[in-house]
Amino acid sequence: MIAGDGDAVGVLATIWKWAPLIGRGFLLNILISVLAMAMGTVAGLALGLGQIAPYAVLRRPAQIVTQFFRNAPWLVLLFYCILLLPYQMTVGDWTVPMPAWIKATIGLALPVMGNVSEIVRGGIQALPQAQWDSAESLAFSRRQTLWMVILPQAIKPMLPPWMNLYAVLIMATPLASIVGVEEAMTLTRFALSAENRSELLLPMYLALLVAFFAYCYPIARWTARLERRFAVKH
Amino acid sequence: MLDLAADRHAAAVPSPGLLPRTDSPAVVLTDVRKSFGASRVLNGVSLSIPRGNVTCVIGPSGSGKSTLLRCINALTPVDSGSVLVDGIAVHDPALDKLALRRRVGMVFQQYNLFPHKTALENVMMAPIHVLGEDREEVEARAVALLSRIRLLDKAHSYPGALSGGQQQRVAIARSLAMRPTIMLFDEVTAALDPVMVKEVLATVRDLADDGITCILVTHEMGFARDVADQVCFTDQGIVVEEGPPEKIFTNPDDPRTRDFLGHVRF
Ligand SMILES: Nc1ncnc2c1ncn2[C@@H]1O[C@H](COP(=O)(O)OP(=O)(O)O)[C@@H](O)[C@H]1O
Ligand SMILES: [Mg+2]
Repeated sequence: MIAGDGDAVGVLATIWKWAPLIGRGFLLNILISVLAMAMGTVAGLALGLGQIAPYAVLRRPAQIVTQFFRNAPWLVLLFYCILLLPYQMTVGDWTVPMPAWIKATIGLALPVMGNVSEIVRGGIQALPQAQWDSAESLAFSRRQTLWMVILPQAIKPMLPPWMNLYAVLIMATPLASIVGVEEAMTLTRFALSAENRSELLLPMYLALLVAFFAYCYPIARWTARLERRFAVKH
Repeated sequence: MLDLAADRHAAAVPSPGLLPRTDSPAVVLTDVRKSFGASRVLNGVSLSIPRGNVTCVIGPSGSGKSTLLRCINALTPVDSGSVLVDGIAVHDPALDKLALRRRVGMVFQQYNLFPHKTALENVMMAPIHVLGEDREEVEARAVALLSRIRLLDKAHSYPGALSGGQQQRVAIARSLAMRPTIMLFDEVTAALDPVMVKEVLATVRDLADDGITCILVTHEMGFARDVADQVCFTDQGIVVEEGPPEKIFTNPDDPRTRDFLGHVRF
């Protein structure tokens, strides 16, 4: 045991004591990841479609924005959002507060957007040109071709990289603790300072690692299964 | 032989508003040129295809046959020259591509069915979403087309579960569901085994009997000789020689045509 045999039970009991609080923090990690994934996916889909637009005025900016957010450090983007976004937003008569965790979600959604954009572009361009040709020969417009013929086929091969991206995202959510969001990492540190026992340090962080692993591993397995399934082309 | 005469109203007769004038040729190409980068693929192609005719385009691989077909339905824009299809100026930059393609069907060597849709859905999609026709009407027409190509039992199969020949016939039915006046076939039998080649060619022949203008790029010289009204030999991006099959196959004028025909099997 990490904490010496005599203390093992005591350490476990302490972890157990803090588990409900840290568990609630972990739910915030999940919430942030799901929201950031949703926002990043919608924005990334639009950006990815922009990247294959026939008009350079759409395509070039979409490519630049994609490359910018794909190649920026996540933590720096997070800091930028925390600093740049206001404490509240006024939409008409509504005033929406912007707590740190919302800002962090937006900050994490940005790199997700850049990566989803690339997944969408790659997935679409991997399809044979012949599918475009036959749809266009049937007088489908470009938009119809995209939504009825191309995207439904491209979506399956896009799923595994998209799920990989989600796994990377959930593991990046503890970054939000640096900007003061009370997620699992922040609360673990809070528990540790309340207990103030150095032999707790490694076991508590190990418990947090186990929680992330327990959440991510099934996703990774599922992703691998999908990857194998889609590896056989239609 | 397939009984394509049955229910010919369903697929062959264009709707009244689209009935072409019968006096002018269906397709007229004049001095059409096309390059991809430095490679000059079409070097001044001129060709006139009468309405209701079957025209076979033959020639060595790489001579620009596919490009020629793709210029007719504006999948490939021409660099210069003029392309008139049912009186539509295809070379015009302001061309309404969708209006053109509603009249011109195209079938490809690799079938290109939509793999995520059943055979029936493949046939129904364009009339519903492009022509905006009533779903039930379209379904009746699609079912009639599938039974004409004797694939009604495969209506709910996905393309992956069909043989090459079956997929190709579904691809033809999919084009016909749009009631085109002109059909383009790009080596549609090249990927098929001999039995399937027969099935597909029988389908094409019956379209011709129905009066649809057919332009085929093909290596099936027997079919060209028996069915074509006009055979057109291309080489290096020009039409070297054209004429009735008897003339081209038995007494060609140009030595290049003779040389090419000397190397192909019948
Ligand atoms: N989209 C394209 N981009 C570049 N080169 C092309 C393209 N399409 C065709 N070509 C070239 O044009 C030439 C003629 O092609 P094609 O029309 O397919 O000939 P064919 O059908 O007679 O075999 C070939 O050398 C081919 O590589
Ligand atoms: Mg070809």
